[in-house]
Amino acid sequence: MKQSVIVIGGGISGMTAAGILALQGLDVTLLEKETAIGGHVAHWDRLFPDRKKASEVLDFAMEGLKKVKLVTGVTISGISKHDDGFTVSTSLQDAGCGMQDANTTQLPPAADHDSLFTASAILLATGFDLFEARKKEEYGYGIYNNVITSADLEKNFKSGKAILTHEGKVPGRIGIVHCVGSRDEKVGNLYCSKVCCVTGVKQAIELKELYPASEVFNFYMDLRMFDRHFEELYYEAQQKWGVSFIRGRLSECSENPDGSIILKTEDTLTGSPLKMTVDLLVLLTGFVPAQSAKTICSMLDLKTGSDGFVNPADSHTKNNLSGINGVFLAGAVKGPVSIQEAIADARAAAALLAGYIKSTLVND
Amino acid sequence: MIDFGYTLTRDRQLDYDRGDFRFLRIVRAMEPSLDVCIGCGSCTATCSAGHFTGFNIRKLHTLIQRGDNETIKAELKKCMFCGKCQLVCPRGVNLRNLILAMNRAIEQLG
Repeated sequence: MKQSVIVIGGGISGMTAAGILALQGLDVTLLEKETAIGGHVAHWDRLFPDRKKASEVLDFAMEGLKKVKLVTGVTISGISKHDDGFTVSTSLQDAGCGMQDANTTQLPPAADHDSLFTASAILLATGFDLFEARKKEEYGYGIYNNVITSADLEKNFKSGKAILTHEGKVPGRIGIVHCVGSRDEKVGNLYCSKVCCVTGVKQAIELKELYPASEVFNFYMDLRMFDRHFEELYYEAQQKWGVSFIRGRLSECSENPDGSIILKTEDTLTGSPLKMTVDLLVLLTGFVPAQSAKTICSMLDLKTGSDGFVNPADSHTKNNLSGINGVFLAGAVKGPVSIQEAIADARAAAALLAGYIKSTLVND
Repeated sequence: MIDFGYTLTRDRQLDYDRGDFRFLRIVRAMEPSLDVCIGCGSCTATCSAGHFTGFNIRKLHTLIQRGDNETIKAELKKCMFCGKCQLVCPRGVNLRNLILAMNRAIEQLG
């Protein structure tokens, strides 16, 4: 009998893992709460460090989903574990959702009822949410018109719309703030979100490409260029594009009558408080644990760390195992990851899961 | 005395081997959160006193740990004790109590 797997989460991790599992000849169902798959990556324009189009990465993942049953627009209403696997019940998220073909993510709903799915194993790939920048009220997101997030900027790049100030002007000076919602006890997130540093450098370069005459300043505490080609991107930002880097965390900002934003920081390398007016301020918002994952975790009795992300059975040797037999983990459900890491992790999880199912078959 | 045209200049180097760490021990015992600073400068950016004087709480915080207490004694009077530094600290350092602790340490050690 063909063995079945449920993948929860249709972002890049879930898509990648589902594709590999289908390749292994398994019967794969992918459950996604949104009406389209693709997750956060569907909103990004170009990816660090090589500026590859996010859509190409998604297209690649989509290729693998031809034999995967996609169910979108559903929330998980219950999961029960029994001797030979799991039963997952879903309810409709809202109108306009249902079964979809892999090659068209915009098909009208084919199902309009709650459903039950059974599987031998579950792969949890519920990803992350972006930090809600409004919580950092002193940065003025949602209050001042010319304060946007890195996600907003990315959507603007993707849509091809001109990046202008709220008043419709080309921004002459742009500030980019690192660590918004990360490394900040005041919002309860002590961890580093890891990808914001290089995103900030990438977006600084893209803004300079767009407006060579504009000044771009990145405000950072530490620049964590941890992966291959990241440091080179930082070098390019300085050497080729003249992006300026100021070591100091944004303390607060306020708005001028003309809509420009006044920043207050310490230039820690000169040891002086620094004031600067910018026309546009970009907040690099980090990762927070996905809200939707919380209920799933309680259904499965999965353990989360103090940061709210799911703890794998062992962070070195059992990184894709949840500690519950038959439940596997992939991607940002375990904490901040880059897209490259998420893809590699999803493949690793899929390989382990396929092995688990085959050994179960042998045991049977 | 013959004037050779030379003057004495104070050595600017932080001499860690000659540092006086009694001050640090007192302050750390009173406010252990001093150890979790990451030097981001949020405190100094928002500091009321720092905009008008050379007061820089981030630097003082580091100087205690290097055993340079003389600078701290001279600088600490500039603090207005408004507590804004503490409001913005991303690591939750209790800066108001840290400043109180520094003042106590000065009292104790003279």
